[in-house]
Amino acid sequence: MYATSYHRASSVEEAVKLKSANEEGKYLSGGMTLIATMKQRLAAPSDLIDLRHISTLRGISIDGRKVTIGAATPHADVAASRELAAICPAICKLAGHIGDPHVRHMGTIGGSIANNDPAADYPAGLLGLGATIVTDRRSIPADDFFIGLFETALEEGEMVTSVTFNAPEKAGYAKFNNPASRFAMTGVFVAKTAGGVRVAVTGAGSSGVFRHPGFEQALGSNWSADALSNVAVDASNLMADMHANAEYRANLVKVMAKRAVASAG
Amino acid sequence: MTKVTLTVNGRAMSGECEDRTLLVHFIREKLGLTGTHVGCDTTQCGACVVHMDGHSVKSCSILAVQASGSTITTIEGLAGQGELHPVQAAFKEHHGLQCGFCTPGMVMTAVDLINREGGTLTEETVRAGLEGNICRCTGYHNIVKAILAADAEMAGSRQAAE
Repeated sequence: MYATSYHRASSVEEAVKLKSANEEGKYLSGGMTLIATMKQRLAAPSDLIDLRHISTLRGISIDGRKVTIGAATPHADVAASRELAAICPAICKLAGHIGDPHVRHMGTIGGSIANNDPAADYPAGLLGLGATIVTDRRSIPADDFFIGLFETALEEGEMVTSVTFNAPEKAGYAKFNNPASRFAMTGVFVAKTAGGVRVAVTGAGSSGVFRHPGFEQALGSNWSADALSNVAVDASNLMADMHANAEYRANLVKVMAKRAVASAG
Repeated sequence: MTKVTLTVNGRAMSGECEDRTLLVHFIREKLGLTGTHVGCDTTQCGACVVHMDGHSVKSCSILAVQASGSTITTIEGLAGQGELHPVQAAFKEHHGLQCGFCTPGMVMTAVDLINREGGTLTEETVRAGLEGNICRCTGYHNIVKAILAADAEMAGSRQAAE
């Protein structure tokens, strides 16, 4: 790892100020991607601004059906929240299958979505739920937030502070794990929300997480796994790598979507 | 150099290190506690698992400065007054190790798992709980057996205490 300077922020304002004073710096949350990347010398931020000790960024609050999750809330807390499981168990299940128990104790929802790894789980969950991403300066709908591979709508120095969504009527998530890394080789989140059915796919798209309009339409008129049987999945924009080619992933998209619907009940 | 202060196995400890120093190197090289191992160095194998503020973490993927101010438990901190921790005793009894390199991480992971889900563990949940730990001797069968035995014993003594 190249040398870096560590700063511990105690408030959002302090963190943003530290970031603007250190242009080549990076926000550090759980660090489960960033530290690993720095160890491989694929990233070399001059400064790290640690967000884990900002108490206002941590925790889950629920008001009726409205859920707010602080950006620095670890995956393990989302996975174990009984209050959240009572109204949206699919997001708890998603969080409980990220990486491994040790990674879930450190990794955070804000860090995951700001990184927007094309095989990460949370982008599918938040896009599927139609969540809103709240930053230190504005609110961004998930539809506009996830732009491409490791690319988001976040501007220079902008920081995710929380995510909010309304608990859906039904939701489910199914993923086919990469057996070594536990990243999604394909993961599909389905949700029946007040605004209609949403289906988001991660791990498969060559530009990251995406919605599948064909599945959404089919499930909108018939919420059942069988409704997806005759809907085509176009392989032309899917990833191909040593783990799976695009056609294999296209098949996984359908299989995972069906399993997600079945798990949603 | 930055001063890092930790409570390790119940004792206040501190040392100077570069900001880029990993927690595992700080524990091994500055504090001299070499029970925590570095296996893969890439967040996969779990040989470096310690508890930070009561939760299992991979100390090869955390900077020592990030951990400063926290309470750390390493494998050296488990046994009390010359007696093995029930999980350590169960690993011994059930031969839950072959070469032993992954053992500190396995034991720390098992203790964390029992802390969170003690009394309800099954073979399936133990195997899922070991997702972040690799035994390159592939000795999982006896590790799982040892953890289930330790869980049963610890649940029994919790009940007896009530």
